[in-house]
Amino acid sequence: MATLEIRDLHVTVEADNATKEILKGVDLTVKQGETHAIMGPNGSGKSTLAYSLAGHPKYTITGGTVLLDGEDVLEMSVDERARAGLFLAMQYPVEVPGVSVSNFLRTSATAIRGEAPKLRTWVKEVKEAMQRLNMDPSFAERNVNEGFSGGEKKRHEILQLELLKPKIAILDETDSGLDVDALRVVSEGVNRVRETGEVGTLLITHYTRILRYIKPDHVHVFAGGRIVESGGPELADKLENEGYEAYTKGGPVTGGNSEEEVA
Amino acid sequence: MAEAQNSPKSSTSLGQGGPPPVGSTTAGSIAVVAESTVVSRMSAPPSFDVADFPVPHGREEEWRFTPLERLRGLHDGTAVATGDGLKVDVQAPEGVTVEAVGRDDARLGKAGTPVDRIAAQAYSAFEKAGVITVPKETVLTEPIRIAVHGEGGTAFAHQVIELGAFAEAVVVIDHTGDAVLAAGVDYVLGDGAKLTVVSVQDWDDKAVHIAQHNALVGRDASFKSVVVTFGGDVVRLHPRVTYAGPGGEAELFGLYFTDAGQHQEHRLLVTHNVPHCKSNVVYKGALQGDGAHAVWIGDVLIEAAAEGTDTYEMNRNLVLTDGARVDSVPNLEIETGEIVGAGHASATGRFDDEQLFYLMARGIPAEEARRLVVRGFFAELVQQIGVDDIEQRLLEKIDEELETVSGPGR
Repeated sequence: MATLEIRDLHVTVEADNATKEILKGVDLTVKQGETHAIMGPNGSGKSTLAYSLAGHPKYTITGGTVLLDGEDVLEMSVDERARAGLFLAMQYPVEVPGVSVSNFLRTSATAIRGEAPKLRTWVKEVKEAMQRLNMDPSFAERNVNEGFSGGEKKRHEILQLELLKPKIAILDETDSGLDVDALRVVSEGVNRVRETGEVGTLLITHYTRILRYIKPDHVHVFAGGRIVESGGPELADKLENEGYEAYTKGGPVTGGNSEEEVA
Repeated sequence: MAEAQNSPKSSTSLGQGGPPPVGSTTAGSIAVVAESTVVSRMSAPPSFDVADFPVPHGREEEWRFTPLERLRGLHDGTAVATGDGLKVDVQAPEGVTVEAVGRDDARLGKAGTPVDRIAAQAYSAFEKAGVITVPKETVLTEPIRIAVHGEGGTAFAHQVIELGAFAEAVVVIDHTGDAVLAAGVDYVLGDGAKLTVVSVQDWDDKAVHIAQHNALVGRDASFKSVVVTFGGDVVRLHPRVTYAGPGGEAELFGLYFTDAGQHQEHRLLVTHNVPHCKSNVVYKGALQGDGAHAVWIGDVLIEAAAEGTDTYEMNRNLVLTDGARVDSVPNLEIETGEIVGAGHASATGRFDDEQLFYLMARGIPAEEARRLVVRGFFAELVQQIGVDDIEQRLLEKIDEELETVSGPGR
């Protein structure tokens, strides 16, 4: 069974000619089949955790370990992590002009699976996955994320999640910027993948809204660069009612860094 | 008033909200004028005689982007032809006449007059000119292939390619090896003729190649020029088009891949001097490495007589690494408002770390990610060339170029 183990993870970022510690000792274990929601206020370091796990070059790991099935993730390059089974659905997917969605998906699937998918079954696979996400077939011929609406970008991320079948999926604020209809479609996509029981999901969110559609097994409150409280789904209800105030009292917990540090 | 549409996407980044690449300029303009400045801003009027041009010092409008010190004396009269420095091999299908003619041949210089000192130097210094003639109504099924191979010498050359009325031909000019070459090429298209010319600059690293291409497009004739520049230390090409009668069409496509230390400059001028002609210019370039410098000047002049003109020009650049520089200057001058359309666009973007991260986060290795992006960038243009073996070769060459680069922003 695939397991992602994060132990005492410390991460810094360079900003304004200063080194700032964003993650201050994160401990978390995500097993295949489980869904963990990480909730926290803006600036708590949630996105930094997501991007650090994926290997974004902006972040420097200064301490701790991350193991995927015992393998040292921190030693791997970004593409190696993806091939090892880590997937990050990004909050702000990047435009890649000149590269069509269909070409991108096939190149990616080839890299992840280790061989090119058979063309006939692949075309069918993509078409069906797109239908399930209410995506128009013409989408495949557009350039990656170029001119996509917010909802289209998120659907495209979840389309990749469905096609690439990772062991561990990190969903970074996948709910942000979605209207209710789009949120439902995207959540259904995530749930289809979860129902296979093959994926461990790390759902990063600011709002409890998405948890009405995607039911977590575990909820963690993230503040000040670490997990400050863990519990079951009932913890989300508490946050829904009380907000994050109890965790942020006494001033900015990240030492004045008030924004999400996403790339 | 003219239906001019400007798309001043100066320095637009490909990346979402990313910064424009270091060292990129786009200074496009559309002007409605009584008298052309495209012509008047040149330091001397066109002439076949090199003595009519002052030696450039580098601040002139037409020379300000060019590294004169790397021209090996082509611009100041110190370059001397070495006799056997350049081999030219012409393979032509049956029905085509291939000649080497003297300086006094009446067919030379009909398509245009040299507009700068090096073009005039080339015209003043060549000994024999090549003339290739496709007789009227002759439709070739195989390309004419001209292999120009430099063997380390200095040469001045002039080539004429003339198509009679309703003739059709594809010409592939291939430049390889090492040379210091100043050249003029004339394309003369009779009424209703169709000519596609592919000029590939695949020089060795030290080569210097300066040339003016003049196309004179006959009534209802179609001219397609594909300029492909990969190699050389300095390559500076000046494709120019004028029309001999109404109904003419010109498509000018260009593709360049500028590596560390290379200077590749493409300066185009389409002069709409008669009514009801079309022109379409699309140049795309990728740059990588320290000191890579690409210059694109796209001038279109619509003269007062050229009613019914339809023209568009576009330049796109993709900067793959730090240290590369692009200067892109589209310029449209309109002396009549009675036109179908006129516009231009220029944009320079960069393949940045965020794009690389996104693709790698989907399991795609860095090298392949770069190939994906660059192939995608050029694909549409390559498909418009219409010469199969050239298209294939270009794609292979693009891959080859990519193998020489390290990661973006590294």
